[in-house]
Amino acid sequence: MGFRPVADPLLSLAGVHTHIAQYHILQGVDLAVPRGELTMLLGRNGAGKTTALRTILGLWRASAGSVRFEGADITKAETPDIANLGIAYVPESMGIFAGLTVRENLLLAARGGPPREQQLESIFRFFPPMKQFWDLPAGNLSGGQKQMLAISRAIVEPRKLVLIDEPTKGLAPAIINNLIEAFRELKKTDTTILMVEQNFHAARSLGDSVAVMDAGRIVHTGSMAALAADSALQQRLLGLSMEAHQ
Amino acid sequence: MRERIDWIPPALIAAIALGALVLIGNPSTWVTLTIAGLAMGLLIFIMSSGLTLVFGLMDVMNFAHGLFITVGAYMAVSVMKLLSASAGSESFLVNLGALLPAMLAAIVVAALLGFFFERVIIKPVYGQHLKQILITTGGLIVAEQLIHVFWGPDMLPLQRPSALRGSFLVGDMAIEKFRLSAVAIGLAVFVAMILILNRTKIGLLIRAGVENKEMVEAMGYRIRRLFVGVFVAGSALAGLGGALWGMYQEQVTVHIGANMMVLIFIVIIIGGLGSVGGCFAGALLVGLVANYIGYLSPKIALGSNILLMVIVLLWRPQGLYPVSRQ
Repeated sequence: MGFRPVADPLLSLAGVHTHIAQYHILQGVDLAVPRGELTMLLGRNGAGKTTALRTILGLWRASAGSVRFEGADITKAETPDIANLGIAYVPESMGIFAGLTVRENLLLAARGGPPREQQLESIFRFFPPMKQFWDLPAGNLSGGQKQMLAISRAIVEPRKLVLIDEPTKGLAPAIINNLIEAFRELKKTDTTILMVEQNFHAARSLGDSVAVMDAGRIVHTGSMAALAADSALQQRLLGLSMEAHQ
Repeated sequence: MRERIDWIPPALIAAIALGALVLIGNPSTWVTLTIAGLAMGLLIFIMSSGLTLVFGLMDVMNFAHGLFITVGAYMAVSVMKLLSASAGSESFLVNLGALLPAMLAAIVVAALLGFFFERVIIKPVYGQHLKQILITTGGLIVAEQLIHVFWGPDMLPLQRPSALRGSFLVGDMAIEKFRLSAVAIGLAVFVAMILILNRTKIGLLIRAGVENKEMVEAMGYRIRRLFVGVFVAGSALAGLGGALWGMYQEQVTVHIGANMMVLIFIVIIIGGLGSVGGCFAGALLVGLVANYIGYLSPKIALGSNILLMVIVLLWRPQGLYPVSRQ
């Protein structure tokens, strides 16, 4: 196990605790997300990964500690204010508006006015069904297409930080590969991404850095490549080896 | 690919109307009943459309919604009395000099009351259904007593403008002028709402918020501000509906709004909570069924709408046009 210091992080959490009803979920999370990198947030089920993302966005309130974005304290800020700093969120449930069309979903996500043609073209290039089903209610899309729409909404305009919760969950391998390609392209735009992922093939393919959570705390930070190369560390941190998930 | 519209509910309404024609047998009676049913349905739609959005957007159970209807009706009484000279003229244009201020006063006062109600009564109990039911019911009781103070406890007459009294005669069919006007106003409100909900960013946000308000906030929009706007607009529409319903009944009591609440709840439940299209279809069903059954079998007329709700919910448990909510 180890901790890698990050100079001038885009996002940092210091001693963050989050309670949901009587449950103490985050128990002092310390995390620094480097600018322009894709940071994987890994951990067993129930480790607090989703709670960490929701706490960053203010959907659940931190009961102690601080969350800073570009140096500013956003711990007590309202969710819309946090989002308007340039943070997009793709929840595990995808959060698409099923009764709205694909076009309307993207229109809502573009806060700075209607989406630019160039941006739409790149979305259509990675996710052709978005163009095909442009005027169809999002509820009619398949699971993979809904995930494509959820990600398209997050990148329909330039963002500083994208929080993504398990984008490959329940998707067919072909669609997962499609998503991985799209994230690789997104990384080229220098967008900072914090991604929760259970699919180790995807995690290893995409992650620059990694943070591992256990029982509401960060127990390891470092480079994704180092973790991917160390089976013993994987076994200790995650209870499994990535080699078993090729 | 384009969005498909679910035509089954409109087809059901048409089938009920045609079935009633067969059962009634007399076309002129059928036309009279159908116009009466449509007028009643559209007035109920005006009164209930705001409530369905309020529930859909913030899960707020406002049992005091009838108050805005009552206040709208009483404002119409006061303004029509004040402008009785215009209201009594045989000219429709002169009548408008009383009708429009009456409707405007009902809308404005109900909207202001709605704003006060949301800020003072509803806001402290967001997310607490039991408290919402108790406090809105309490607010309704207090407000009804205040209406007694201002307008007195007696039933007040509300005359329709002279040009809207009586009927048009088409062959042997008598079509009541006021009912036809109510149909026109109700359709105009429906079309305006559909245009706002489908063609504007605010409308898009309302539709998205009804489905998943957390995600709307995560996109950077302030859902609570939107909710206040929707609550005020819904109160204003209830006020307008109250003014028209008072004229439809030609009398106003302090319970005019509360008495409508059972029908309004039936309409928003069978329509699908949060669905304006469903509310429209549900209101037409309720209005038509109430009138047809009232004529064909008066003994079961009282329970006809409950029966209608049971049948619709057995068929579509989430309502005619369910809103997918997360």
